[in-house]
Amino acid sequence: MMHWIIAPIVLPALLAPFIVLAARYHNGIQRSLSVAGVLALIVIAAGLAWQASDGTITLYQLSDWAAPFGIVLVGDRLSTMMVLLTAVLGFCVLLYAIGSGWDKRGWHFHALFQFQLMGIMGAFLTGDLFNLFVFFEVLLIASYGLMIHAGGNARLRAGVQYVLFNLIGSTLFLFALGSIYAETGTLNMADLAIRVTAISPDETVGIRVAAVLLLLVFAIKAALVPLHFWLPSSYAEAPAPVAALFAIMTKVGAYAIIRVYTMIFPPDLEATSGLFDLWLLPAALLSLAIGMVGVLAAKRLDRLVAFSVIGSMGMVMISISLFTPEGIAASLYYIVHSTFAGATLFLISDLVRTGRSDLQLSPQPPVAGAALTAALFFVGAIAMAGLPPLSGFIGKLLVLNASYETDLVVWIWAVVLCSSLISILGFARAGSILFWKSQSVAPNEDAPEVSRPAALSYLAVGVLIALLGAHTIFAGQVHGYTTTMAAQLFSPEPYVSTVLDTPGKLSTPKEHN
Amino acid sequence: MELLVASAIGVLTSAGLYLVLRLRTFPVILGMSLLTYAVNVFLFASGRLTVGAPPILSDGVAVYTDPLPQALVLTAIVISFGMTAVVVMIALGAYLGSNDDHVDDQPEGLQGPEGDLS
Repeated sequence: MMHWIIAPIVLPALLAPFIVLAARYHNGIQRSLSVAGVLALIVIAAGLAWQASDGTITLYQLSDWAAPFGIVLVGDRLSTMMVLLTAVLGFCVLLYAIGSGWDKRGWHFHALFQFQLMGIMGAFLTGDLFNLFVFFEVLLIASYGLMIHAGGNARLRAGVQYVLFNLIGSTLFLFALGSIYAETGTLNMADLAIRVTAISPDETVGIRVAAVLLLLVFAIKAALVPLHFWLPSSYAEAPAPVAALFAIMTKVGAYAIIRVYTMIFPPDLEATSGLFDLWLLPAALLSLAIGMVGVLAAKRLDRLVAFSVIGSMGMVMISISLFTPEGIAASLYYIVHSTFAGATLFLISDLVRTGRSDLQLSPQPPVAGAALTAALFFVGAIAMAGLPPLSGFIGKLLVLNASYETDLVVWIWAVVLCSSLISILGFARAGSILFWKSQSVAPNEDAPEVSRPAALSYLAVGVLIALLGAHTIFAGQVHGYTTTMAAQLFSPEPYVSTVLDTPGKLSTPKEHN
Repeated sequence: MELLVASAIGVLTSAGLYLVLRLRTFPVILGMSLLTYAVNVFLFASGRLTVGAPPILSDGVAVYTDPLPQALVLTAIVISFGMTAVVVMIALGAYLGSNDDHVDDQPEGLQGPEGDLS
């Protein structure tokens, strides 16, 4: 049994306490350990993704217990790609946190950061629903600490809302798990996939309730309207690198929806039919519309970016709720794009903050480095609004193309295209107020000289933008890969048989070597 | 037995929901605790209610109680306990910092003496 697949969870889990215990007062050591850890994660994740790229499904049985009884980790194309995405994003965010000095403004940034990575990686790799809940809690409790990093009243208040909303989400998750267990007697995803189909059609009340509850939980995580209320103020008040890392957290919700609703409650399952086109699709369209209207209406740059994240999650969910292989492939392409674009914009909003008292969209005297920041904002806004030539445009085309065959094509095209226009207006308005109008404001003579942001900060944003560029240039290859990923998701038999038919300790006692 | 457990879950959940919808942090946190108690009992009951039966294999026993929900409940209790402690600390920090324990966003001008610090 190959042990590498558990490394993305174990490595940060060991590194974090080591940082707290051994390197508590040494910022330099903390930074180098953290960077080394994330670099190692990228290498491991790339190896895992390479291994899974030919369709291999890697199974890891903890303590060698066979599947429905023990907890398993499963690496297929989708989960290894999400792990790689997380590791790469984590690296860029960490570079920025070090460059901008955010990690020195409070205690334990690096340890919490590692715990956060551990939770996200675990959520992507686990093959067990209760284990998914546990990893959700791990990533949430680390995110609570990161969210209020560096303190401040506004941040603490937003933190209270964030924590309470997520606590309610966790309670709902437990209710969903309880009802699933009561109906099927298992929480292993592969085992559930078989048992759910065995429920007779006139006894599906319980499992239908469970499916809807579970969808609600994941929709809270994915910030789907009307369950998005936690996102704008918490992302806007969180420290910028943390908000950038949180860009992957909404994708955890999207990932969970893709995983659970392709495998356990597939679209052709009688019991849960109508869940997606009747409920998920309108909610997704509403998210896209509200997110982009929020971009136009926002009075502060950080809120604007937060609303654009809601909008792009709406786009992802539109594509997911089609539940066709084309739709899922498009949504996976868009997930990668939206993660990088959202993170880029959050980091840029922090670059804008350098030298300004706040992020209100009002003209203020230009400061050092404003020209470069403006250029970066221009690129980031193009990516997020989905204009050519960047990957947002390609992603949007893929979503539109995937929805062309459905009955609701008019609605989807109308909402996507109108909201794109609104978001372009919103970003253009923000950019022109922040960067152009500031030229006409006389500089304040007695204001202290503000140095431009550190080169490392720019490097981190530059790496993210380069990744967006690569995502555009290699769009054909990436989309080809997400198509094979979707094909793997829509034929879950190899996954189920790998998980359930692998003997563990219970079925055959193994010889001792 | 079933009626007792079911109504206990129902009462706890409804009281918890009512409190969660309050405006100030203390009742909201109390409501969260009630909700987590409710969900713990619910999880416990999800393996069916069996009285006086052993959870592990033993000789000469025909009826067992499901051990898995008990393990799930233990995990859930630990997690919800830790989370409640975290939210109490953050809420205390927010309250002491801005002298205001509202959960919702206050309109501009109605905030504590410090105002909006962002």
